[in-house]
Amino acid sequence: MDKIVTKALSLFYGEKRILKEIDLKIPQNNITAIIGPSGCGKSSLLRCMNRLNDLIPESRIEGQILFDGKDLYAENTDVVEIRRRIGMVFQRPNPFPKSVYDNIAYGLRINGIKNKKKLSEIVEKSLKDSGLWEEVKHQLNTSAMELSGGQQQRLCIARALAIEPEVILMDEPCSALDPAGTFKIEELMIKLKQQYTIIIVTHNMQQAARVSDFTGFLYLGQLIEFGHTNQIFTIPEHKLTENYITGRFG
Amino acid sequence: MNLVRIKEKAIHFFFFTTGISAVIILLGIFLMLLIRGVQTFKDVPFFDFLLGIAWNPSAYGEPSYGILSMVVSTVMVTLGAIIIAVPLGIGTAGYIAEIASPKKRETLKPVIEILAGIPSVVMGFIGIVLVGPVIAKIFGLTSGLNALNGSILLAVMSLPTIISVSEDAIRAVPKDYNEASYALGASRWTTLIRVTLPACLSGIVASVMLGIGRAIGETMTVLMVTGNTPAMPHSFFDSVKTMTATIAIELGEVPYGTTHYYALFAVGAILFLTSFGVNLVAELVTVKHRRGRA
Repeated sequence: MDKIVTKALSLFYGEKRILKEIDLKIPQNNITAIIGPSGCGKSSLLRCMNRLNDLIPESRIEGQILFDGKDLYAENTDVVEIRRRIGMVFQRPNPFPKSVYDNIAYGLRINGIKNKKKLSEIVEKSLKDSGLWEEVKHQLNTSAMELSGGQQQRLCIARALAIEPEVILMDEPCSALDPAGTFKIEELMIKLKQQYTIIIVTHNMQQAARVSDFTGFLYLGQLIEFGHTNQIFTIPEHKLTENYITGRFG
Repeated sequence: MNLVRIKEKAIHFFFFTTGISAVIILLGIFLMLLIRGVQTFKDVPFFDFLLGIAWNPSAYGEPSYGILSMVVSTVMVTLGAIIIAVPLGIGTAGYIAEIASPKKRETLKPVIEILAGIPSVVMGFIGIVLVGPVIAKIFGLTSGLNALNGSILLAVMSLPTIISVSEDAIRAVPKDYNEASYALGASRWTTLIRVTLPACLSGIVASVMLGIGRAIGETMTVLMVTGNTPAMPHSFFDSVKTMTATIAIELGEVPYGTTHYYALFAVGAILFLTSFGVNLVAELVTVKHRRGRA
């Protein structure tokens, strides 16, 4: 089943066209990787899916994005609701300058959960799901800024998990982390796909090959090729894809 | 060779002197206030000065030099100003930094900075002819020249400081925080109140302290609009005489070398210390703020 479908999606910043007529089907409970050289529009594509591009003045889209069959950009779409159901993890770990506990509780509180017992339960569960609980259970009240980069990123994942989204968008989640931190996040992603649909944008082709089930190759705003990860990395149909994954450019 | 070295030394000396001149001037002013002010206490016991309610240096019988009334007046007028200016200032700063379009921002910022350039005597004039009558009418008073009037005008005068410093602080908050908040389904309003403002709280505190510093020391406006009654105020509708106004009114007429003369210097010294303290706190908070970010 396809969780998110884009139909002839184009994105413009002012006059500049960032994405060109992208047709993409993101299958549910799988990890889909979007790869491509810097500036090809990977992150912009991701940010169309939770409408974070709305924050950029003069950005507009053409075409459609369907989320469970419903048009994300329809006039009656509740953006807040969309962002609650489609979570996001950013390139640079960006925990709030609050305590570990409050970082996770924030998303719950703004969504109306006030009960302290319930908050604590969800905080604990989210931290366990993101594999951070054992490391931080005694310092829930210390500032998130004191954690290491890898821990901060897992905290951000826990923060996204806490409000139980259906999809998690990951925008180069490991690019600011060391190999050990990267390994933990990748392990976590594979575990999480049982419950969530994950879309990861990555610069790192080995990472895409390691974790993803499907891969799309984006080049200069166009989707060159999309298919099973195995196939893309072994017998790519397109010359451009082959050149990119074999490291001849990018 | 020698000439070059002498020249080097002379230049070094010149820049060193100009560099520390501000410190020398500051110390000089403080010492002058202190040395003259201390002489008050030859005639007036220190605690009578500090805690006495009556300030009546030119009384026929026993003159009294209690400054408590004017200290309370100053604190009241300043506090009132801050209560009015803080919500207004932070609201404006939030609007300019987060909500206004670039075009609106570019119009608003210079206008606010011009507000800072209005001479205090003009503000006082507005207080007498506009704010005073309005206050008198609304609250049914015989005169609108009171603490409230002073607070309102001081609020307007400290607004530019509060707005521009807090706006800088809000804009310095990394966009990452805002995006993280939006991505969790927070509205713009929630994000501003619960993420952005707490993240730059120390910058906002610093802006408020600087605003207080501006308000405490302001003289001409309060002198013109607060009515100058040297008595203990009981409400914001009472006419008050602040420390600054007392010095400004009385120093020109007081005979040189009298207790009254020295007492005014002592008042000045206390004022100096207060505003120095407030500015120091603002500075410390700002430094901490910058470090926290690094």
